[in-house]
Amino acid sequence: MRVGTSMQATGASGATKKKMTGYVGFSNYPNQEHRRSIKRGFSFTLMVAGESGLGKSTLINTLFESKVYPGKDDNAAAAAAAALGVVVGSEGAKTVEITSVSAEIVENNVKLRLSVVDTPGFGDSINNDQAWKPILENIESRFDAYLAQENRVNRSKIVDNRVNALLYFIKPTGHGLRAIDIEFMKNLHNKVNLIPVVAKADTMTPREVEQFKGKILADINFHGIQIFKPVSDQFDDPETIADNKAIAGKIPFAVVGSERLVERSDGTRVRGRQYPWGIIEVENEAHNDFVSLRQMLLRTHMEELRDATDVSLYETYRTQKLLALGHVQDNTVFREFNPRQQLEEEERVHAAKMQKLEAEMAAVFKQKVQEKEGKLRQSEDELYSRHKDMKGVLERQRGELEDKKRRLGISDAGMPVPAVGVQQHDGAQPAVQSKDKKKNRFF
Amino acid sequence: MASNDVQDYVGFDTITQQMERKFLKRGFNFNVILVGESGMGKSTLVNSIFASHLIDSQGRRAAQEVIRKTTEIAPVTQTLEENGVRVRLTIVDTPGFGDQCNNEGCWVPVIKYIKDQHAAYLERELKPQRDRVIVDTRIHACLYFLNPGSRGLRPLDVEVLKRLTEVTNVIPVIAKSDSMTIEERTAFKRRIKEELAFHRIVVFPYACEDDSEEDRVLNASIRELIPFAVVGSEEVMELDGKLVRGRRHGWGVINIFDENHSDFVHLRNFMLRTHLSDLVEVTAQRHYEQFRTSQLRQIKELRAQQAAAAATGGPHAMPTQAPPQAPVANVMQHQPMTQV
Repeated sequence: MRVGTSMQATGASGATKKKMTGYVGFSNYPNQEHRRSIKRGFSFTLMVAGESGLGKSTLINTLFESKVYPGKDDNAAAAAAAALGVVVGSEGAKTVEITSVSAEIVENNVKLRLSVVDTPGFGDSINNDQAWKPILENIESRFDAYLAQENRVNRSKIVDNRVNALLYFIKPTGHGLRAIDIEFMKNLHNKVNLIPVVAKADTMTPREVEQFKGKILADINFHGIQIFKPVSDQFDDPETIADNKAIAGKIPFAVVGSERLVERSDGTRVRGRQYPWGIIEVENEAHNDFVSLRQMLLRTHMEELRDATDVSLYETYRTQKLLALGHVQDNTVFREFNPRQQLEEEERVHAAKMQKLEAEMAAVFKQKVQEKEGKLRQSEDELYSRHKDMKGVLERQRGELEDKKRRLGISDAGMPVPAVGVQQHDGAQPAVQSKDKKKNRFF
Repeated sequence: MASNDVQDYVGFDTITQQMERKFLKRGFNFNVILVGESGMGKSTLVNSIFASHLIDSQGRRAAQEVIRKTTEIAPVTQTLEENGVRVRLTIVDTPGFGDQCNNEGCWVPVIKYIKDQHAAYLERELKPQRDRVIVDTRIHACLYFLNPGSRGLRPLDVEVLKRLTEVTNVIPVIAKSDSMTIEERTAFKRRIKEELAFHRIVVFPYACEDDSEEDRVLNASIRELIPFAVVGSEEVMELDGKLVRGRRHGWGVINIFDENHSDFVHLRNFMLRTHLSDLVEVTAQRHYEQFRTSQLRQIKELRAQQAAAAATGGPHAMPTQAPPQAPVANVMQHQPMTQV
């Protein structure tokens, strides 16, 4: 395809923007990618953290509409404990454990390998100073495992276990973040996509929820904590931008989870919690932000979460780790290879070389010329002085010859001349003679 | 018959009215301490129970405010009057309790405060010339706020409750219980009762041998309800044409006075209408006496030590006849550190 005559460089890449006159078909590429990724399947690792009793497991089960965490019913646990004759919970979990549950869920032929990592025992002890450390270590060990796989010789099968998102459950106190929340978030916000969630939103009235969210955001900004926010870029359509803004405005999400169905006054059955004073519905946007959370986590921003994990969080970790290990950054490998540029460069180098040679030769030549000139001048001077000498000699000889001529009585015209005392040979005589001659002539 | 009654009527049954009159004149003190993490609704509950804005929430308001590093003690005293009966009510709030990452020892200031009040009373009692009526600053009731939804008592709860029940009457309360459905609430209460029994933590009301039958029945019904699942509110709103205190959600309105919604009414009645004098009396008879006994024993031992030292070492004799207050005070200072 011939490129048009006007070659304007547009955009940072320097590529020209050209309008095509017919349908080419490369716009089908995303569909091809889509088919391939469906075949491959996706993996998503979600971590939940927060004190016990905030409804983490219930929320997970509600989000994925399946019993990812079985048997989280109090009754079931208590019954089991009673059967064993043990009163559970008094000693509590003194350390933070990390438990992981994996499930493969299929929806519309899309396979999702979902892993949920729970952190029981977080924040339950008296001293919770180090409660966040096991969680951080777990996240970093997953990064390390990925790094090791990347550095293998055969990289065809890489299993991605990195944590894509961390839902942090905040207790609904109404007073902003607690010390343990701030500690946790400050230590983990640059290793994982943090999504703060206000647990048990049915504790608070709508006005209290708004105030609480405001206080939480103020605390987050004050401490410089980075949380995951859905951002729109210039390529999105206005509807997506509006959706993203709506979702971002609800962060942190105030959610309620429930695995049970309850019957409403009009007879329909919905997932919710039944109180003597009313029913709170999980999927009612007016009652809580569960729908927005699900939307962001699963329906719109799952890929962005995975991307952010891979591109920014993991890369930052990798850079730090490798630099810490002593690798040095060598930037010369980043120079671009452009043949024309290289040729030009070579030419320039060559021309420069030539110029140098020329200059040298010119200098040498000049020097030699100067030497030769000097020599010639010298010989010229010699010749001149010799010439002068020889001329002097010749003059004398001629003087002598003329004397001789006069003595012999030959005049200038070749006629004999009377002898007038020609026999003197000194120089003065001829001169007087000539003067006299001249005198004579002029009178 | 009738004539006998009129002539044989002695009239000492009017003692109750005489006591009442005295009470009305004198008024009485009632001191409550609130122990629980920030954000549990302590201030709101107290303001709801006494139907007036007594204390302000001590929670952190702005992001710039620093999280408290230790538990503070913030007593607020006010005089309330109802039907001619005056009460000097002191509410002691404990901001900072359980709020840090490391909560080791966050109960120490609380226990110390309670013991200090016992000590102050003992000091005044031991004075040769004491006031006719000693101002009673001893803590009569401690409302301990439990987290709703946890799997029972947390390690912090166990530690603190063990220590609190030794020095004062503890009434455990489930804070913000509107986050639990009725079944969850029942299960949680059962769990808490089991764990309290397991750790041998004795909460108020205590069983006493000389309880009358109706007392026993009443106490048994109270014990069924413990811990009280409460909801507090300072907002008054209209519900079915009546003005009630409640919380308005988008999906329902909680009426804190409704027995089906919360145990607020039971708690209030228990604390104020039926067991108020019990709380004061038990504090004086049980906790204060325990404290007094241990203190006097210590003083006696200290005096014995000093006497022994004076007898054995002449030049090194320590002053034996120190005034009663001083050793009490000295021992007081050591007390919280060793026993807490």
